[in-house]
Amino acid sequence: MTNHWVDIKNADLVMVMGGNAAEAHPCGFKWVIEAKKHRGAKLVVVDPRFTRSASVSDYYAPIRSGSDIAFLGGVIHYLLSNDKIHHDYVKRFTNAAFLIDAGFKFEDGFFSGYNAEKRNYAKDTWKYQLDSDGYAKIDETLQDPNCVFQLMKQHYSRYTPELVSKVTGTPKDRFLKVCEMIAETAAPDKTMTICYALGWTQHSVGSQNIRTMAMVQLLLGNMGMAGGGINALRGHSNVQGITDMCLYSEVLPGYLSAPTDADKTRDAYLAARTPKALRPNQMNFPQNFPKWFTSLQKAWYGNAATKDNDFCYDWLPKKDAGYDVLAIFERMYQGKMDGFVCQGFNPLAAVPNKRKVGEALAKLKYLVIIDPLVTDTSEFWKPHGEFNEADPAKIQTEVFRLPCNLFAEETGSYTNSGRVVQWHWQAAEGPGESISDTEVVARLFQKIKAMYQKEGGKLPEPILNLTWPYRIPAKPSPEELLMEISGKALGDVFDPKDATKVIAKAGEQLAGFAQLRDDGSTTCGNWIYGGVWSQAGNLSARRDNSDPSGLGQTLNWGFAWPANRRILYNRASCDPSGKPWDPRRAVIKWTGKAWGGNDVPDMRPDAAPDEGVMPFIMTPEGVARLFAPAMAEGPFPEHYEPFETPLDKNPFHPENPKALNNPVTRIYKGDSEAFGKAADFPYVGTTYRLVEHYHYWTKHATINAVLQPEQFVEIGEELAKEKGIVAGDKVKVRSSRGFIKAVAVVTKRIKALDVDGRKVHTVGIPIHWGFKGVAKPGFIANTLTPFVGDANSQTPEFKAFLVNIEKV
Amino acid sequence: MALQSLDITRRSATTTPAPSVRQTTEVAKLIDVSACIGCKACQAACMEWNDIRDEIGTCHGVYDNPMDLTAKSWTVMRYAEVEQDGRLEWLIRKDGCMHCADPGCLKACPAPGAILQYANGIVDFHEEHCIGCGYCITGCPFNIPRLSKEDGKAYKCSLCSDRVAVGQAPACIKACPTGALQFGAKEQMKHYAEERIHDLQSRGYQKAGLYDPPGVGGTHVMYVLHHADQPELYSRLPNDPGISPLVSLWKGVAKPLATLALAGVALGSLFHYVTKGPNEVSKELEDELEKEDAK
Amino acid sequence: MQVTRRQFFRVCAAGMGSSSVVLMGFSPGNALAEVREFKLTKATETRNTCPYCSVACGVLIYSLGDKSKNAQSRIFHIEGDPDNPVNRGTLCPKGAGLLDMVQSPNRLKFPEVREPGSTEWKRISWDDAMARIAKHMKTDRDANLIEKNADGVTVNRWNTFGFLASSAASNEPGYLTVKTLRALGVVALDTQARI
Repeated sequence: MTNHWVDIKNADLVMVMGGNAAEAHPCGFKWVIEAKKHRGAKLVVVDPRFTRSASVSDYYAPIRSGSDIAFLGGVIHYLLSNDKIHHDYVKRFTNAAFLIDAGFKFEDGFFSGYNAEKRNYAKDTWKYQLDSDGYAKIDETLQDPNCVFQLMKQHYSRYTPELVSKVTGTPKDRFLKVCEMIAETAAPDKTMTICYALGWTQHSVGSQNIRTMAMVQLLLGNMGMAGGGINALRGHSNVQGITDMCLYSEVLPGYLSAPTDADKTRDAYLAARTPKALRPNQMNFPQNFPKWFTSLQKAWYGNAATKDNDFCYDWLPKKDAGYDVLAIFERMYQGKMDGFVCQGFNPLAAVPNKRKVGEALAKLKYLVIIDPLVTDTSEFWKPHGEFNEADPAKIQTEVFRLPCNLFAEETGSYTNSGRVVQWHWQAAEGPGESISDTEVVARLFQKIKAMYQKEGGKLPEPILNLTWPYRIPAKPSPEELLMEISGKALGDVFDPKDATKVIAKAGEQLAGFAQLRDDGSTTCGNWIYGGVWSQAGNLSARRDNSDPSGLGQTLNWGFAWPANRRILYNRASCDPSGKPWDPRRAVIKWTGKAWGGNDVPDMRPDAAPDEGVMPFIMTPEGVARLFAPAMAEGPFPEHYEPFETPLDKNPFHPENPKALNNPVTRIYKGDSEAFGKAADFPYVGTTYRLVEHYHYWTKHATINAVLQPEQFVEIGEELAKEKGIVAGDKVKVRSSRGFIKAVAVVTKRIKALDVDGRKVHTVGIPIHWGFKGVAKPGFIANTLTPFVGDANSQTPEFKAFLVNIEKV
Repeated sequence: MALQSLDITRRSATTTPAPSVRQTTEVAKLIDVSACIGCKACQAACMEWNDIRDEIGTCHGVYDNPMDLTAKSWTVMRYAEVEQDGRLEWLIRKDGCMHCADPGCLKACPAPGAILQYANGIVDFHEEHCIGCGYCITGCPFNIPRLSKEDGKAYKCSLCSDRVAVGQAPACIKACPTGALQFGAKEQMKHYAEERIHDLQSRGYQKAGLYDPPGVGGTHVMYVLHHADQPELYSRLPNDPGISPLVSLWKGVAKPLATLALAGVALGSLFHYVTKGPNEVSKELEDELEKEDAK
Repeated sequence: MQVTRRQFFRVCAAGMGSSSVVLMGFSPGNALAEVREFKLTKATETRNTCPYCSVACGVLIYSLGDKSKNAQSRIFHIEGDPDNPVNRGTLCPKGAGLLDMVQSPNRLKFPEVREPGSTEWKRISWDDAMARIAKHMKTDRDANLIEKNADGVTVNRWNTFGFLASSAASNEPGYLTVKTLRALGVVALDTQARI
């Protein structure tokens, strides 16, 4: 979230699309209801199903799953053609005025530079025109045909309400009503917040779904404002924190992009990641990359890391390919993996195409499960009737199952979706011999280290030299770890403006990432968490919930990264002269000498407005990008159909069959053959969560099993009638990858949609069931889903695929 | 008897007047249906706080589960899909004891002290005194109490009298994520309801209103409804609830007659009562009657 | 109003259980009327965070015992923390049912192994489990760590071993996990956050 949970109450319009906040985040959704009750805010819900969020909405519009870019592109078209944008904001705070290379084109569904064979783009035309100083050229009149504004206008001119309705199935009047509601927030003192979740990410165009909405929010001037922002309602309690710690292959803690084979030396690695400003006077904050990275190297390799040995740069593994979860299971399926650990993760249930995942696991030599509960994955080898057909005799995988503690049995910190780090305290010991996740990792690592010490082996240095300053080596304390994450001074740290002034003495905890250095004098496990444990102590444990501004900022509750800032890009809540766009909801303002107010300013504190330092400090150009060349499939989002679509052509590009689906998605051999066709599987399947359950955990909790005991699927009345299905019947849902059986819920809440001249029905498939639990045993919903992901993030396409349904 | 943490105003099958000198705040639960997302947090919190776990059932083709109130589910959400004038609404209502000012269950109850009404308005069942006759069910205009198959006693929502007695809100109300459930003095709740109704009217619900039915003297659980003119839309919420005529019969003519007539029967079945409990007696008697009726 | 004979007897029978038995001299004694005792009065209260979604609601955990030496804590109730600015004491049906996950009959209690081809789990000690897993990992790493790629660039990656990380673990074990895995050369690392 760029904003935070309580801030939702400051919105004038709440849009829930690509998510179902009432069911997936009920306690956060409270702030939507508060906005309605106390601000008179409106709630609009766009979803294939009339969800529990929709049940309390002011307006609902149905949409075909997988057509969000068409809808939102249509919104952009509406805003531009009806002149409902926040002009000053767009002109000053976005790259609307920037001139793009004259070679940039969009034709027949593809942008310039497409390579059909490699399924990628050469991006050499997706760039700004630069002047002789290396700065981007701009046209403040926004009239130049090559400026972003004009290119954007042209790109979305095709997204007419008629075509939008034809593609999305949203009736035209409903689409236009939603546009009108959104357009009202173009006024500088009105804001819309968007609450989305996996309903946008779990598509082969997931990242672009979100980007389209980000463009809408920029056109409306809603970024940085109280009650505005782009708010990803994230999944697990600490999914934000674990993402920040970067337990995934592309990055190191604090989103420092991980070295690849191309980054042969530390200097080359740093040069590729330390940008130069693209406009004069901009903060270009990523220019500090070497400070963050060096401090991380010092945190890990301590005294062994010196300037002379490049701070042990070579000890970090370099990445040669994608190692996301789909890629990992593909490698495993091909027999290229020996060992695998699932720490609090149930991939047999959570990863697409359960059959493939099960077969992949069976090819491992050893599998280690670390979990508080019996997971389905841990018993992938065991027959559980038709829910899991397996032959143990044929499966040679050695499986270990290690019991670990739950939240209540450990002390530590979680980071919520609003980036607030909150400390929690242990209430009891775990059952039996269970131990904490930290202890499992520490004991295992200590064991491996002892073996390398004793026996030697390949490249023992990074293992033997890894810093381990913990008083009990087999059980590092959460306090020791959070202090290491936050960062400390190894030598005295001096004020950059006055080299005689010490700002942090050797051995002290640092106040924040501004004190990090690239000379090896500071250590920091994760720069964005810098200052969470300062000399003032553990700020994540603060419990002062006072809220003097009334905006819900609670600056002394826990610690929000970065720098305890609650609303990101909050400089954009003020006009260029430093006055709040909406004084009644002032986040910060220019006081004449400094920025201050109700939040930690996202701006150099003494940057006077006439210096022209722009609010989006994480980009080298200082402004937000309406044109974003970093995206894999194009700088402007374009609608492509899901990989399993009920349509035979993309209505935006009916003449180009290659532009049917995302042209740069990675598809493995075998998986593309397993895509179903509409002739055999005519209905759109979509998976989701129910409010009564949490993923595959609460099937182990009696209360939740009572509330929703048995697996079901939802279909509309019209489809039910066609198929002779009545509520309560047992049905079989098939995709080209397998089948599940479940009870049918027949509802008025899912309607058939009129899409491109045909009727499209949706089959709703809640997840949550499996063969282990106290709830009624059920099928794993991901038996049905396709093994394909978003081209940028590789998040699987769980939300739109093809199925058939019949009465059992 | 020691002073109770909550003063009693009425006690089933008891004629001794209750102490009435102390003044207690009258409390109420307000269910704002327009803010309810049907998440069942209230059901979960109720089970958890009251140390009850209902059976793990099956899916009946609807979202409701458990399907009805039971001795172990003192509150359930009821889901109704209503399409009127081309507009779909999903009307979700939390069902449970209404804590009537004039409680039919208490009036009907023949077991001394099995049902109590506290001065704050809560109607509470004391199962240790319950004889399992089930008459509270007949007496209830909202069809709320349920007999347990395990111990033959009647159970229902206590409005968490144990929490309220120490100054805490009931478990369901504390949990409610969206604030659809509110708790406070009944007067406060009516005032809050007015604000909500005003907001709903401004959003086009002209008939929004408060449900506090006079037929039972008003209730200590009230609803804000978007369609107060059509309470039956909300899974058959009674339009004009009142106490069953059978209860009046019991309280009026039948009680002295029955006591006389049944003294004899009781002698014969005393042994049975001591070993098996009263529920069995009434069932046996009912079976006999059924046989007679069949003749 | 019409009352059938059967209804009349039902009414009477209902009354019989108590009034007639009291008549016979089987009075249950003075019926005490007291609300259920508030069960949290002296329980230990611990502040924690709900582990389900990213609203990360504050919770209060109540356990038996006062942490004295001989009293083993047992969690018996969990409710919302009213001080937490986001949930303000509220909980959803998952959070309100947390107790049943903590006390689930399906909690793992000791390390186990399923040997290749076997049909069952076998309990083992932590020491055995750690020794066996460490041995597997070292053998695998020593055999498969790639020190240089085809172009002679030092890459030091071990990609025959993969790790899927929890998104419900705290920041501290998360950090320690990534620190140790990168030291081992692991690149096939992903988290629940991806999906």
